[in-house]
Order: sequence, then C-alpha cells, then structure tokens
Amino acid sequence: MNTPNPSMSLTKPEAFDLSTKQRIYVAIGMIGLITLALAAFNITFPFRPVVLTGALLLIGMGIILFTNDLYLGKMEGIKNDGVMFKSISSRGIWAWISGLALTGFYILLYFRADWLGLAAEGETNTGLIALFDPLSKLLNGNPASQWFVYGTLYTLAILAFGYKFLLKYRHNRYERLRTFSVMFFQLGFAFLIPEFMSRLNSESFSLPYYDLKNIWPLNYYNFEQYRVNELISAGDIGLALLIFGVLSIFVITPILTYKYGKRWYCSWVCGCGGLAETAGDSFRHLSDKRQSAWKIERWVVHSVVVFVTLMTTAVIYSYLGDDSSTYWLTKSVFLISVGSLLTLVFALVMIFKRDQLAKDAQYGAIGYFVIIMVLIGLHYFNSSDLFLFKAETLRKSYGFLIGTIFSGVIGTGFYPIFGNRVWCRFGCPMAAILGFQQRLFSRFRITTNGGQCISCGNCSTYCEMGIDVRAYAQKGENIVRSSCVGCGVCSAVCPRGVLKLENDGLKGRINSNDILLGNDVNLMDLVNEK
Amino acid sequence: MDHIVIIGNGIAGVTTARHIRKLSDHKITIISAETEHFFSRTALMYIYMGHMTYTHTKPYEDWFWKKNNINLKKAFVEHIDTDAKLLKFATGETMAYNKLVIATGSKVNKFGWPGQDLKGVQGLYQKQDVDQLEADAPNNEVCKRAVIVGGGLIGIELAEMLNSRNIPVTFLVRETSFWNGVLPEGESEMLNRHIKNHHIDLRLATNLKEIKADANGRVKSVIIEETGEEIPCDLVGLTAGVSPNINMVKNTAINTDQGVIVNKFLETNIKDVYAIGDCAEQREPVHNRRPIEAVWYTGRMMGEVLAQTLCGNRMAYNPGHWFNSAKFLDIEYQTYGWVFGRKGKPDYEQQFHWKHDDDTKSITVAYHKVSRQFLGINTFGIRMKHKVFDQWLTEQRDVDYVIAHLKTANFDPEFYAHYEKAIRSAFQEQLQSV
Repeated sequence: MNTPNPSMSLTKPEAFDLSTKQRIYVAIGMIGLITLALAAFNITFPFRPVVLTGALLLIGMGIILFTNDLYLGKMEGIKNDGVMFKSISSRGIWAWISGLALTGFYILLYFRADWLGLAAEGETNTGLIALFDPLSKLLNGNPASQWFVYGTLYTLAILAFGYKFLLKYRHNRYERLRTFSVMFFQLGFAFLIPEFMSRLNSESFSLPYYDLKNIWPLNYYNFEQYRVNELISAGDIGLALLIFGVLSIFVITPILTYKYGKRWYCSWVCGCGGLAETAGDSFRHLSDKRQSAWKIERWVVHSVVVFVTLMTTAVIYSYLGDDSSTYWLTKSVFLISVGSLLTLVFALVMIFKRDQLAKDAQYGAIGYFVIIMVLIGLHYFNSSDLFLFKAETLRKSYGFLIGTIFSGVIGTGFYPIFGNRVWCRFGCPMAAILGFQQRLFSRFRITTNGGQCISCGNCSTYCEMGIDVRAYAQKGENIVRSSCVGCGVCSAVCPRGVLKLENDGLKGRINSNDILLGNDVNLMDLVNEK
Repeated sequence: MDHIVIIGNGIAGVTTARHIRKLSDHKITIISAETEHFFSRTALMYIYMGHMTYTHTKPYEDWFWKKNNINLKKAFVEHIDTDAKLLKFATGETMAYNKLVIATGSKVNKFGWPGQDLKGVQGLYQKQDVDQLEADAPNNEVCKRAVIVGGGLIGIELAEMLNSRNIPVTFLVRETSFWNGVLPEGESEMLNRHIKNHHIDLRLATNLKEIKADANGRVKSVIIEETGEEIPCDLVGLTAGVSPNINMVKNTAINTDQGVIVNKFLETNIKDVYAIGDCAEQREPVHNRRPIEAVWYTGRMMGEVLAQTLCGNRMAYNPGHWFNSAKFLDIEYQTYGWVFGRKGKPDYEQQFHWKHDDDTKSITVAYHKVSRQFLGINTFGIRMKHKVFDQWLTEQRDVDYVIAHLKTANFDPEFYAHYEKAIRSAFQEQLQSV
C-alpha cells in the first residue's frame, strides 16, 4: 500500500505545520463543533435558534477563514505541498482521531439516535436534535429528526469545504464548475426542496421524502411498498415522481452516461460524491492503488449490484398481487419483465462487447446471471419466498450491511484512513451500473498527449478511485475505466499537460500502444500494429 | 538464450528490459546501486514537497519484476572486462554477461568552484540527493537560506522545492535572463517575473566565485563573482546541468568522450556492448538533436529501439520531431519542433510571440522567413497536442495554416478559456505592421 509518512519528530519544527492564524481558525471551527457536542451530551442551551446559528456559523467561518489564509496569499496553481507529511492527510494521529470521531457519530446516528436526543413517539426532542428543532420548524414545519441534523451538517460540510476546493483550484474552470454543481444539488435538491415538499403534506396529501437526484439503486428503498403507496395515493404529482424514479435509472441515466460518462452524476450531482469531492478532498491520495485492490473492487462492487437487484425484486414482488384483473402488474408479469431485461442486457453485452471484458469479468457475469435466473426460476417451484429468503430479511440485511455500515460508517467515517471514495469505489451499486455503461458504451474517456508523459505518478497518487492512471498515460493509452468518476484531478495535477477528459466517438476509444509518438515511425508501426 | 545485463535501472534500462521480455525469453539482469526498484526520477521533487511518497514514484509494483522474470541486483559496478565479458562489483563479486547495456544516466556538473564538496552542497539527481536535502534542509529553522547555482530546469525545480517549505532561496543565474540560452526573450522575461512573484531572490548575470565553510566543514556562505557580495546560507544547490555518469567505463576498452560513444544502432565500439539514455553520446545525431540528450523520453525511446536489436531485429535509433515539456513553478511549458533563443537562432528563423495580459500564458511560433514553413512552437500555460504538431511538422505546413488551425491543437481541460482568436488577431496585426 502507498503509505504516506507522517513525521513523528518531536524536536525539530515541522515545515508544513499550521501557522498561528490557522490555529486560531481551527479553534473557531472547533468551538462550533464543541457546542454541538455539548448539546449532544444533553446540555440544554437557552436561546436555541441563536446558539444553533452561532455554532453553524462558527464551523463555516472557521473553514472559510482557514481556507483564505491557506490559499489566497499564494499564486494560482497546484496546492499539494506537505500532503504526505501533515498528520491529518497522512494517516497520522489527527487522521485517526477524526476517523474515530466521524465513525462514532455515524454509529450514534444510525443505531442510538435517542442518545442524540431523538424523542420517543409523542415526546419532545432533547439534546442535539432539539437544538436543530428551530431550523427544522422553519423549513418543514416539524421538529427535527436525526436525519435532519445529519442533512444540515452534511450540507454545511459540502458548502464550506466546497468553498475550500473552489479556492484551491481557482485556476481550473472544470473543477470550479463541477464544485458549484455539487454545492447547488446538495443545497437545493438534497436539502431544501425535500424539506419544502414535506411542508405540502397534510392529512389528505402526503409525499415521501424524495431527493430527486437520488436514483435507484443508490436510493435502494425507492420502490418499497410504503413509498410506492404514498406516491400513488398522492395523485398526479406522486405518480409523476414514481414515473420519474423509474425513468431516471432506465432512460435518463443511460442517455447522460452515454454522452458524458458517469461523471455527470458521480462528481457533478451525487451527494455522496459531493461530500467526497469537498470534505473528502484532503484524503483523495489515500486510495489503494495496488492491482490487488482493483481486483477486490471489481468483485465487491458488482456483488452489491446483484444484491440490490435481488433485494429490490424480492421487495416489489412481495407486495404485488396475483390477479391480473385488479392490476396489470402482477407477480408473474413483474418477474418475467425483470428476467427479460436482465437476459437482454446480458445477451447484448456478451454478443457485442465480449472482447472488451476480461476473463474474470466474463466468468463473473455468467456466474451472476445464472444465479439470478435460477433464483427467479425457483419461484415457480417454491412460490412462498422468492430467492429463498423472505423479502423483508433481504431488505433489512441490505439496509444494514450496505446502506448503513458500508456507505456511512466505513464509507465516510474512514475518509482519513482509506480515502474519500471507498464507498463509491467498492460499494455503490449506482456507480457500478453507471461504470459498466461507461466502460462499454459511452463517449467519455481520458486521452493522453503523445510522448509527453514522464511517469511521475502525480495522476495515480491523486486518483481518488485508486486507478493507476500513470500505467495508461505512459503507454499513450486512453483511460477507459468503469470506476473513473471524472473528477479531473489527474489532469489538473499533471505537470506536463498529458491528460484530458473528453467526450468523443466510440471508434478507437480503447487503444493501447507499446511505443509512443515521438519514436521512429517504422518502429511505432511495427510494434503497435501487433 | 543470452544473459543480457543492464547497468542502470532508470527509464532507459528498464524500458529495454521490459521490451526484451515482451519479445523474448532471454535472461535479463538489471543492476543499480541507487535503489532496489525503478522509480521515476522526474518525481523526486514531489517527495521533498510532500506531494508524493517514494512508493508513489515507482511506476511498477514490486511484484512486477519477479512476475516478468527480470532479475534485479543492487550493486555498484566498478569495472567492465569486455574481453572476458565480466562485470566486477565494488564488493569484489563478478557477473558474466553475453550482452551488456550501459544505461548509467547522468551525474551533477561541478565546475571546480572552491568549496563545491563541502557538507551542505549538493545537486539534485539521485534518490540520495533528496534524502540529503531532507536532512540538511528540513525546514527554515535549520536551513535559513539556500543558494541555488545554475538557472536551468533542475535549478528551478530545486527553488520550487525549497520554496514549498518556506526556505528563502537566492537563485544565481549566469545568463542575463532565465534559461535564455534556450528560450526566446519574451518567454524568458515572463519567467523572470514569475520566479520573482514566488518571492525567490533571482539574481541574473551572476556567477558563483566560491563557497565558504564554517569550522565544521559545512557551508556557511557563498561569494558572488561580480560584486564580491557574501550571502550567508545553510545549503547550496549545484544545478548547472548534468553530464554522463561513465566513470566505470573510463578505464575500459569502450570508447568514450563526454559520454559513451555509440553509432546510430546504439552500439559501442565493442561488440555486444551498447549504451543508451543520458550516458550515450551519438556519433551522428539526427534532426538538430544534440549528441547527448538527457531527457526522459529519449531514454525511453532508445530502450524501445535497443530491445529490438537485442532480440534480433537490428534497428537504428531514429527519433521523430523534437518535443519536450517542463513546468516552471505554476507555468507549464511544452515545445514541439525547434524554436531557438537568441543564441543559436538561425538566420532564416522568424518568430511570432503572443503573451496574455495575465503574464502566465504565451506562445512563440517559429517559421521560415522566406518559405513561411512552420518550424516549431513554444507554449506556456496552454496545453497543446503532441500528435497535431507532429503531423503539421511532417506535412511541412506553413505558419499561416498553423495559426489558423491552432484550435485543433488545443489540449486544455474542458471549459477553459480559449485564446486562439486573440492569437490570430495578434498574428495578423504583426503581418500588417511588417
């Protein structure tokens, strides 16, 4: 593993230490955080709206002032000085402390929200959650929940660290536009719009919480019974949302991914990606670059896709009826459609794109396809439980293992240890589906620039997805990888202008050269033609 | 099956080994005294700056060598016996070879300055140089000021490195303007300003007279030739270029001059002994190229060619159009074809220069005064495509075509501002005023 070297020196002054000013700004932010922590320990503050506003402002101010001091005095350019020496970004003591603190927060959030002050039914909130009541009431008219607290802090993190990223890359318009985009989608689509939407709810009309940019299977609960029921009973608007949810994954997503690669979602829109690119930016180099990590990634992430497909199929199946005269979508119609769709995708890929799949990918695809089909087939012999387990068991296990532990506790809590895209790389089924398409059927690729690569490795080091970009660049080979989220940082940190993210035709997209431009023309022809 | 022994695990030697392995099952041994594994020398600066660790600089994981059956040996070659085809190591051990590739790279130039071997005086070329720098200049308390001697590509890298740790730098440059032996005036002057904007104390037309020692034999100060000024410092970086590292070849039957003399097949005067990369000196250089090219990609290309020869397809080293790139602090530089500085500029070469108002972007296009044939381009702060310029040079396009189609060559990231229009109108204005 590429292990950075945090300095353990006690005697000599550190070259990349914080300045006095920067320490003060860190302290300002910490006061805000500590205020929230005190509330979590059930200290009741008077003037809650003032305290909450103050705490959030202090956190934001701390980050913004720190950023200004860090970057504004310097000329525009790459700002990675000392990354491998600073404790927080090189798995030093501060990295472990913040990793544990974050992980702890996630565990409370998911499993012991009552410790954070979440009220039991019919009572009033206390502690940290009560502190957020005024803001929650202002936005949606109801008291806060642990998810409202989380959403608010999440949005604050993306906005404040987004500002940091904007300043860090102020010479790079691609990075700036992308960051404005994730900040906009987080604040508007993930935070404000759903809150306002829930304001519309009444006795007779109720919409489920719906972040429009959150698409199945990332939003694995989107088609669960209670949501579908609520949507259908909410009339035209609800139905429109339901149709939008289905179109998102089957129509809108494939079109956009074909045109721009999966980056349109993963590094421009997605909330998980948004946090990774802003608050997680300082940890992007911690991703594991070893080839062995890539092998594990491919198996794990695609297994999650299979899991979520089975789980969702089972859940929808469980609440559908058998009688086609009451509703056209019966259990059988649904299962046959799922089976046909999977067969169609499988057949198309195996017929047209087989040569682009590595051996293990082919085996994996065949293996998983057979498993799913056998499970669907079993239904006709054993109709009580689809896929051997109860749908509810599948749903609960997925929610716990993938939705909670993987995406939250490990994915975000361990930013400072494993890097900022662990979830996106190893766990996100949405990323896997988009990536599958990006690899096989998309105009997107990263191109290289003739013979200019000097193999320095900045690109690979700062790839948050752990792609060994240099391995391609030094062969003059386009980078066409399913995991690439198109953050553009490899291109930004390249000192020789070698890498460029592009959308172009499918022909010649995947190329491989043993001899690069610049050498004898005959040799290039001789070797590259083979 | 031959035993091919390669001395040097830099880009030239390693490329040779990799391509031999692709083509054959010869036994391959790579010898290096510097590091156990191949790393990217060009990334050394990033280790000190904290952008990367040493591990990150290795283009291949450590299992790669065994998997590809390439033997690595960490040893220092002291002597080559070309009659017995035997290498003698510093430890007294020996190794027999059938074919020998000398790819020993460069060493730092020292021009006999008094005090050049004191403690705290160093160059920047090897892995050991970065370790030394970490020891001697960990921060600005231990190293209160550094003086860099020699204004080339390594000099400015070293200045950037020390600057990243807030160590004050005085940069002594012999020329009247930074790197103007290579760059045209406008570009060189833009870089002077850029260097000064980074708070680096750039001293142009200034030579080093001597380096003074303290009581412990450590550097204490330098004396300037022109003014006699004494500049106190704790570190002196010698970056006045590099030359072939061929000490172990000097007392052998292999012909040397500056470097190991090779013909266009990269063969030395001794059968089965070859030399490539920085240490090789071409007897007949091609296309305006210099006999010794200490450039990353030429090392790679020689390795690619030599592997063919060693595997039975004898092939001449015949590089295409000249190109190169570098980064000066925050300004990226690329060049395709030939653009000369004032020194060495041929009579027929005319230049068109455009510079952006922000003083970080510029281009210079060189063309033939009479035929208007495009000769080359320097581009600063704007990325351009190697492939396009290579093609235009081959097709012998004229300058008007190149300026009109500049957009085709742009390689900047998406959404970046474009300057082709501004460049075109500046070019037309210049035409009218001539």
